[in-house]
Amino acid sequence: MFELLGVPPQVLLGQLLLGLINGSFYAVLSLGLAVIFGLLNIINFAHGALYMAGAFAAWMLLHYLGIGYWPALILAPLIVGAFGIVLERTMLSRLYHLDHLYGLLLTFGLALIIQGLFRNYYGISGLPYQIPDLLSGGHNLGFMFLPNYRAWVVAASVLVCFGTWFMIEKTRLGAYLRAATENPILVGAFGVNVPLMIMLTYGFGVALAGFAGVLAAPIYSVNPTMGEQLIIVVFAVVVIGGMGSIMGAIVTGYMLGLIEGLTRVFYPEGSAVVIFVIMAIVLMIKPEGLFGRPA
Amino acid sequence: MIRKLAICSVAWAAMTGSPALAQEIAVKLGVLNDRSGIYADLSGEGSVVAARMAVEDFKAADKGMKVEIISADHQNKPDIGSNIARQWYDVDGVNAILDVPTSSVALAVADITTEKNGVLIDSGAGSTSLTREQCRPTTVHWTYDTAALATGTGAAMTKAGGKKWFFLTADYAFGHSLEENTIRVVENSGGEVVGKVNVPFPAQDFSSFLLQAQGSGADVIGLANAGGDTVNAIKQASEFGITQAGQKMAALLFFVTDVHALGAETAQGLSLTEAFYWDQNDDTRAWSKRFMDIHGAQPTMVQAGVYSGTMAYLAAVEAVGSADDGKAVVAKMKEMEFNDPLFGKVTVRGDGRAIHDMYLFEVKSPDQSEGEWDLYNQISSITGDEAFLPMLDECDFTKM
Amino acid sequence: MAMKDKTIDAAPVVQTAGMPRLHKIIFSLLLAGLIVLPFFVYPVFAMKVMCFALFAAAFNLLLGFGGLLSFGHAAYFGGASYVAAHAAKVWGLTPELSVLCGAAAAGVLGLAIGSLAIRRQGIYFAMVTLAFAQMVYFVALQAEFTGGEDGIQSVPRGDLFGLISLADNIALYFFVLVVTFGGILLLYRIVHSPFGQVLKAIRENEPRAISLGYDVNRYKLIVFTLSATMAGLAGATKSQVFQLSSLTDVHWSMSGEVVLMTLLGGMGTIFGPLVGAAMIVTMQNYLATFGAWVTVIQGVIFVIGVLVFREGIVGVLSRWLKKPL
Repeated sequence: MFELLGVPPQVLLGQLLLGLINGSFYAVLSLGLAVIFGLLNIINFAHGALYMAGAFAAWMLLHYLGIGYWPALILAPLIVGAFGIVLERTMLSRLYHLDHLYGLLLTFGLALIIQGLFRNYYGISGLPYQIPDLLSGGHNLGFMFLPNYRAWVVAASVLVCFGTWFMIEKTRLGAYLRAATENPILVGAFGVNVPLMIMLTYGFGVALAGFAGVLAAPIYSVNPTMGEQLIIVVFAVVVIGGMGSIMGAIVTGYMLGLIEGLTRVFYPEGSAVVIFVIMAIVLMIKPEGLFGRPA
Repeated sequence: MIRKLAICSVAWAAMTGSPALAQEIAVKLGVLNDRSGIYADLSGEGSVVAARMAVEDFKAADKGMKVEIISADHQNKPDIGSNIARQWYDVDGVNAILDVPTSSVALAVADITTEKNGVLIDSGAGSTSLTREQCRPTTVHWTYDTAALATGTGAAMTKAGGKKWFFLTADYAFGHSLEENTIRVVENSGGEVVGKVNVPFPAQDFSSFLLQAQGSGADVIGLANAGGDTVNAIKQASEFGITQAGQKMAALLFFVTDVHALGAETAQGLSLTEAFYWDQNDDTRAWSKRFMDIHGAQPTMVQAGVYSGTMAYLAAVEAVGSADDGKAVVAKMKEMEFNDPLFGKVTVRGDGRAIHDMYLFEVKSPDQSEGEWDLYNQISSITGDEAFLPMLDECDFTKM
Repeated sequence: MAMKDKTIDAAPVVQTAGMPRLHKIIFSLLLAGLIVLPFFVYPVFAMKVMCFALFAAAFNLLLGFGGLLSFGHAAYFGGASYVAAHAAKVWGLTPELSVLCGAAAAGVLGLAIGSLAIRRQGIYFAMVTLAFAQMVYFVALQAEFTGGEDGIQSVPRGDLFGLISLADNIALYFFVLVVTFGGILLLYRIVHSPFGQVLKAIRENEPRAISLGYDVNRYKLIVFTLSATMAGLAGATKSQVFQLSSLTDVHWSMSGEVVLMTLLGGMGTIFGPLVGAAMIVTMQNYLATFGAWVTVIQGVIFVIGVLVFREGIVGVLSRWLKKPL
């Protein structure tokens, strides 16, 4: 039997598929970060905490109101998005005239607060959230058993990523957004309500984080630290893709999922650090990121 | 200044030999554990509640003892833990430190405890080093250790037909020691290790590693990790149909709170070893009900161990007549024999290892389970001598 | 992008020959206070504050005076802490040599990482430093000599110069006092030297500094290395105080904490980082019983600091007094 470095091809195929599934989370999360950075010039450190809040929102909807997975998939991102809009209006909007650094620090503080509060009220063990009945079970693909839910995760993330990309790059609204990124004053002069657009963009970006949180809830345990572990990795994804590049964030998200998947087979110990090694190399060779425009 | 005054007044009391002071034994206990991190639910405030219940049940006040309890959060960081321990001994006059989950913190605190002649009664940490490589005359390791868990789960599952093992090991010292202990037991019981993988810690997604385990053809997948990592691994094993396909999961460090978080649906059939379960007999049920009324959750073995260890410590202090000399109190504990409602008969060995029975449990299926906390079937009990590693001669402090 | 003129709200560096009187007075009062402090406050706690004050001051050299935000300073702090602990425990070196070893190791690490990082600017610079710090963390977790998550424990306190035992808290306190206070004075000297003036020029307007003929990259590399070395000095000293070095010291949240200290106290001020470090450490110490609330409170401080107190406590004081502090 043909083997690659001692690993049979069907195992490799399975691992690549799993990498793609993880990449789906990276893609949706880094997409949100990239949208926010592109328009607001803010590095949203609270993204991980809001992802966690999305998962908790789904859990709370179920637990307190009896609202199941499918409605939660829409409602939880709306809740997180609305919360994000409040944050943007009350705090972030005061920082636009300042260095990026302050946005980063403010959202870092917000992340600490959100995480700390959830820890206080819900403990750390995590809360159970079941896979919806429609998607339980799975299919045997021959080389691996693919749970239906994981297949759904990939499909949902591709759909959301493509939709977002299409909206920003191909529609009139997206054109305004991109124009406002380049020159907010000029766009404002054309009668576009730029502050409103910025507010909604931030809301949309964090709603994506909330959406990823709901997607994650049934497969990872819903716990207050779930975002903390992810945020640094997602940062790296955005930087590698090129800050603010929508396409870059999406493609890099999936790609790094795959690379991480391969590392897990050949050098599992290194799978937590491989992304940072890639980030360092990319920044050295092509500082604007793989898909970014040179500054 | 305040410190000097305190020293003066102590000296004054000693010189005058005040009779009031001679009668009352003052004891200060510090519960040092994780109150916000991954071990907060299995130790945390619950351990403080357990310690308070011990003081109450010991009827310390009636016996002329004045017991005070303070607590702090070590955040699972050895530097923070050792800082608090030092300050407790130096400034606050703490006599004994209780609980201390997280091995790295426990080892740091054990050192300081010896230096300051205090007492460490550890319930939460798992490292066997506490009574072996880093044994100290002032350490008592009460509830469990990784070797006992490995013996319970490893031996029982191998004998039950799980001959081929695959390990998912959290890639840090604790995970490796858990893995090593279990491999020894598995091989001694006639099993073999068909593969293992080191998983970076902490991890959320185990699917890739589980797939490697599945491909190995092992009978048992040993999880040498803890807390949220184990929860996620088990959850995903069920999702990928691994448990349904007949491979068994062995959680080598898992607590009732973790099973509760997972739910019986996902955790059913899982084997694990614990020193205590609330629903074992009338005594444990009665005590656990009191605990539940105060704390709102059933006790873990760590919290029960804090109760049991505190009772034993107070008995030894009463016998010695003072809590000041930690070494003497621990030496006394090693001479005594304890019998408490939660752990049954307990003795403390020369190296500080508390010896008591351990139990192998299996998680009930949802239709067997009659309530949120009705989670375990007891499979067998393991005697203390079987469960724990034999004592090292150089650690037998009763012979020094 | 119009980023160039969005500068960081740092207090201006004063141009003076020698130390202004106000600073002399503050430093003298500070020293006097520190000498009597261990007789009133628990010495180990005071030592922790001093180590973090030096760490924050070293970080401030880079951020406040060099205008470079590093998000990976834990690598030097923690790296030095490991080296110093190893030197004292395994090689059996005396405390002062162990501390020097640690600081030197941090310097070398800083030189290596800095030479790559300074080629990038702004947020990219921060990200490169973060990436390398994550790699240092990985090494600390994996390498044999660091002891994984147990860290290096039971580091002996040793004899200073092989003569004076530091086992006593008070003796150790004065050793730490000399090291950290000396370190802070050295940082002060660097900031107020001609070198510091060039740094300020680069921070304010890099293209102009280049056109004036300064080799900007060399200056940046030097300040990066100096900052890493001093951060290392702080970490190495801390390992001697607590007799242990652990993963906490190299984790990225440590890098975040030092930013918080500097920001709270006032970046680009002399005394700000010291005040910030003292406040954060005190808070962590006395709020330890409140568990997760500590995180929440820290977060609130961050938010309030960024929204209304960007100059930090000392920065605000300095504006009121109309004197640089």
